[in-house]
Amino acid sequence: MTDTSLRTAASHRSLLDRLRAWHSAETPNPAKRVQFDAPLTPWLFLLPQLAVVVVFFYWPSVQAVTSSFYLEDPFGFGATFVGTDNYADALQSSQYASTALFTAFFCLVVTALSLGLGLLLAVKADKVIRGASSYKTLLISVYAIAPPVAGLIGMMIFDLHIGPLTDLAAFFGYDLQVGINYWDTAIALITISVWKQIPYNFIFFLSGLQSVPVSVREAALIDARSGWRRFRDVTLPLLAPTAFFLLVINITYAMFDTFPIIDVVVKDKPANNPITLVYKVYLDGFKGNDIGGSSAQSVILMVVVAALTVLQFRFLERRVHYG
Amino acid sequence: MMKTATTTLAFALMGTTVMAQTEISWWHGMGGRNGEVINEISQMFNDAQSECVLTPVSRGTYEEALSSGIAAFRSGEQPNILQVFDAGAATIIAAEGATVAAEDLITAAGEEFDREAFIAGVRNFYADSDGKFIGMPFNSSAPIMYYNVEAFEKAGVEPPKTWEEFEAVAPALKEAGYLPLTASQLTWMMVENFKSRNNQQFATNNNGYDSVEGTQILVTDENQVMMFEKLKEWADAGLFGFYGAGWADNQKPFEQGESALWIGSSGSFGGLQQTANFEFSADFMPYWDAIEGAGTQSFIGGAALFAMSGKPEAENTCTAKFFSFLTSPETQVFYHKATGYVPITEAAYELAKSEGYYDEKPVAEVGIQQLMLEGGEWSKGYRMGFYPQIRTVMEREFNRIFSNEVSVPDAFQTIEDEGNQLLERFSKTAG
Repeated sequence: MTDTSLRTAASHRSLLDRLRAWHSAETPNPAKRVQFDAPLTPWLFLLPQLAVVVVFFYWPSVQAVTSSFYLEDPFGFGATFVGTDNYADALQSSQYASTALFTAFFCLVVTALSLGLGLLLAVKADKVIRGASSYKTLLISVYAIAPPVAGLIGMMIFDLHIGPLTDLAAFFGYDLQVGINYWDTAIALITISVWKQIPYNFIFFLSGLQSVPVSVREAALIDARSGWRRFRDVTLPLLAPTAFFLLVINITYAMFDTFPIIDVVVKDKPANNPITLVYKVYLDGFKGNDIGGSSAQSVILMVVVAALTVLQFRFLERRVHYG
Repeated sequence: MMKTATTTLAFALMGTTVMAQTEISWWHGMGGRNGEVINEISQMFNDAQSECVLTPVSRGTYEEALSSGIAAFRSGEQPNILQVFDAGAATIIAAEGATVAAEDLITAAGEEFDREAFIAGVRNFYADSDGKFIGMPFNSSAPIMYYNVEAFEKAGVEPPKTWEEFEAVAPALKEAGYLPLTASQLTWMMVENFKSRNNQQFATNNNGYDSVEGTQILVTDENQVMMFEKLKEWADAGLFGFYGAGWADNQKPFEQGESALWIGSSGSFGGLQQTANFEFSADFMPYWDAIEGAGTQSFIGGAALFAMSGKPEAENTCTAKFFSFLTSPETQVFYHKATGYVPITEAAYELAKSEGYYDEKPVAEVGIQQLMLEGGEWSKGYRMGFYPQIRTVMEREFNRIFSNEVSVPDAFQTIEDEGNQLLERFSKTAG
């Protein structure tokens, strides 16, 4: 505990130092120094980016935080300050708890499966010599499919009346009811989401693998006969930066970008089907017109994502070695 | 030189036409064939007069149309006309400053307005407690029972009028190789319209019409629970097919000739004529003979058009003209024929009848006849805030009932509890 707080203090100091150094013109770093004649010029260059961030991130965030403390009529005629009531309502509802639980489960499974399968395919494709490019093209091409289209294709495969997978399950005596049975729908959601994300992971893992130097591989070959050991001790650590980047991206994907897939699979009417927290924010805010409640939920989500990101960078990135 | 003169003249002409015409916008939530018909109606209106130009814009589904209308209103960019569906009616009617009452708008524009011209079933739902029309009923539908003619011939039985009769004929239909019954959107069919068709109270405060304050939903009564216990019993016996909350999934077995009966919307008729390649007919939605006073009219579903406030007078006049145009018997009959939605005025109904439309297509008359049945104390529909969310709760619980996760009485207890929480929350936002 003391150790952590000390380190935080240290990093704060260094940040301040850096800021001070950045401000003073005397910084003894002539090689990297960029010169601007006027102090305003750098800000001018930053302005477009800052404007985008402010308009599309900070301003809506502030709005969301503000309206999460109010109970408001949809048309905006009157808002009553209700303190943290909206948060209490959300957190106390059993429905919210079960949605949060499913979201966690969904993120875990989708991330694990799509990272694992992406890596497996990349390792296998890396070894293929003849026809390598056609394999790669086939694997990557799925990535060109937009999430709603992926959802639609998935929905056709899982359709209650004409879905081939439903028929297949029926052949084995299982009554697959996507849209009615909670876990059947969960299976469909996970399958489609993973299928959509594998090519993305595949591309990055493959390029990561190809950047492992041949000399290192050959040296490893002398040290160990077991392919699995070589992979575990040499390839995997060298892939770590890629894997870490993909982990962050995949969790974000599972939490947010699967929205269109869910929307298509539950057909805009979730009923008892599993949904993620983001979908619930949309449901309550846009379909239910409950702005305060929906804002409170999205603030909770913001906090969770911020915490998750900090955790990832603090505990995982330290184990990652960038080349 | 000559060219410049022509261009100038052209610009001058364009200028005058643009100046003289008032442009109004109409956001709606209709897709497919029904969306095309909206474009055709707008074109008809634009051709019929020269002062106003109406532009229809599709905003996705009903729910999306309502939320984008609300978002637009909050930023001052609202359209002149917004289509709002039945479940969203309470939301927009409670927001008094957001709309101009259709009736006020029409009389202010110097046009005539006669409440009595509308058929009984559509008079209340979009009106305030004094009966003043806030919304202009537009696409009105009723839940009706479609049946596969061949299925009943094969089974040698008659289409049921009541649920008791259904119980009597269902085994024969099953015997003949059909799934006896499917139904789309159980919230609308088996709760909201179950209430009106069987004359059952749905909410306190006169079904919610009298006040937003303290309105409570009533769904745990024995009749409502009995309806779903029967449905579950039928489902277990293979007499009723439940395919989730989606509309189309429950319509498909009927379209494919697998189910003998389907409770759908009268507005489905237009589409069904194209997708079902067998002989089908329709009748009123069944009711329970055992319930005293049952067999009353159903209330209208579908959607109404609302004139948004904050628009210049010239535009409001155009909106009023369009509303009057819409209620003219000719427009109504055109719309009725093109979509299957019911004509909303007596005059339009008479016109369609005199044209012999119903001799040719008897199914098209079922919806309007059901809306014109005798009314009861509780057959006029409901008004409850946050109702789209209450429907979401119902959909969730219904799925649970049919996947054996919860018993019927428990499911309705949950619906009532969560529904009342939502209603209380709504009364706070409106207050």
